[in-house]
Amino acid sequence: MEALSNKRKVMESKPLNFLERIYLPAIFQGLAITMRHFWRKPVTIQYPEQQREYSENFRGLHSLKRDENGKERCTACGLCALSCPAEAITMTAAERQKGEEHLYREEKYAAVYEINMLRCIFCGLCEEACPKEAIYLDGPHVTSDYLRKDFIYGKDKLVEAPLNQ
Amino acid sequence: MELADIIIKFALVVIIFAISLLIALYSTYAERKVAAFFQDRLGPNRAGPWGILQPFADGGKMFLKEEIIPATASKFLFIAGPSLSIFTACIGSAVIPWGKQLVIAGHTVDLQVTDINVGVLYILGVVSLGVYGVMIGGWASNNKYSLLGAIRAASQNISYEISMGLAIIALLLVTGTLSLRQIAEQQHGFWANGWFTWNFFKQPLGFLLFIVCAFAETNRTPFDLPECETELIGGYHTEYSSMKLGFYLFSEYINMFVSGAVMATLYFGGYNFPFMDMIHSPNLVAILGVVALFAKIFFFIFFFMWVRWTIPRFRYDQLMDLGWKALIPLAIANIVITGIVITFLNR
Repeated sequence: MEALSNKRKVMESKPLNFLERIYLPAIFQGLAITMRHFWRKPVTIQYPEQQREYSENFRGLHSLKRDENGKERCTACGLCALSCPAEAITMTAAERQKGEEHLYREEKYAAVYEINMLRCIFCGLCEEACPKEAIYLDGPHVTSDYLRKDFIYGKDKLVEAPLNQ
Repeated sequence: MELADIIIKFALVVIIFAISLLIALYSTYAERKVAAFFQDRLGPNRAGPWGILQPFADGGKMFLKEEIIPATASKFLFIAGPSLSIFTACIGSAVIPWGKQLVIAGHTVDLQVTDINVGVLYILGVVSLGVYGVMIGGWASNNKYSLLGAIRAASQNISYEISMGLAIIALLLVTGTLSLRQIAEQQHGFWANGWFTWNFFKQPLGFLLFIVCAFAETNRTPFDLPECETELIGGYHTEYSSMKLGFYLFSEYINMFVSGAVMATLYFGGYNFPFMDMIHSPNLVAILGVVALFAKIFFFIFFFMWVRWTIPRFRYDQLMDLGWKALIPLAIANIVITGIVITFLNR
């Protein structure tokens, strides 16, 4: 058979020669290798104090964005829920009442917006689907919890903090 | 014997006992730290600065754990096993000469608990007693894995004691005495009469055999078959919990300390160090000698750990092959060569 790469190395099993049979050269070789590691800088990241930097395109917890005036951008169009391959997103739309113009950017908004974090696969299709640039997966990891119901994140956890408060 | 001498001896016993326990305590910490450094990690660093309180946390945990004695175990032997194990580990240090004589207010203080004239034999005897703790504990547990571990420990220790004894016989041909104090005195300084005084340079092969056997006798990797986790869950101490398990683990570290001391005394000059004749105060020489001995012991303990995190475990037949087919013939050849060389040198 043609070799796929020239990295193939033909191994042959020969009986051990004298130096190999008395183990000692191999043992000293091994001791030298571990001693080199002894002086190497530890790779440990001491987690609670130090944190590894996330990559630029890391996809974490979702956040529902506000516009420059602090109004929620989401109009409850449902495209994110539709695009979601894991069916993790549900929402209930509502009509904006008089006097709520400072809260919601357009006439329709999401009264309830829930993401089931146990279903979500963090693929990022919802942020691609959103026509209003309202949802981004720019948060940290989703933390662990004890009950399944606590993994259904509502607007209290998802909506960005108000601008000036 | 005067009262003052008895008090001094008693104090010495207590100090040596405390030091060997303290060193065993911190060996557990050192083992974890050293292992971490060899694997590019940090090791325990949460309890106190750099984690130096970690052994006390571990010890406290050991004491507070539930004490379980299996219903089918032989209760007396189950308790006797770890007790014997730590007892034999602790009495080994009695014949080690820790330093030259100190003179304090006219009193001459021997830095050795007892200078019996068969010190080497005493060490060998204590070492061979050590396996009984493992055997009794493994047998009394009434558990297949424990029994297998105990059987392995017994046959391994018997096999390697032979080559250890033969390696020491070659050393005794050189020294001509069994007293550890005299052996240490013979290695005074570092260089005399055109050759090194330390026995390592007179018996390099003997030292190699001895250190291999010391690894086997202390059940350290690559000879830790009696307690290999992967095959036997923990070997002879599978059924042990709480401080009885702690005693088994502890005696392993005390054994490491004692065998480091024995190797330093027999082969690496004991409390002697180079250029010791240039210091004229005898007390200073004695104290520096103790420091030198402990430096050597700590190096050996480190070496034990270094090897543990480098070499994988032997297979059981390989272990027996090495012991019977390699070490014993080598040790006998070493005796013959040493005898011939000494005969020609004495001509």
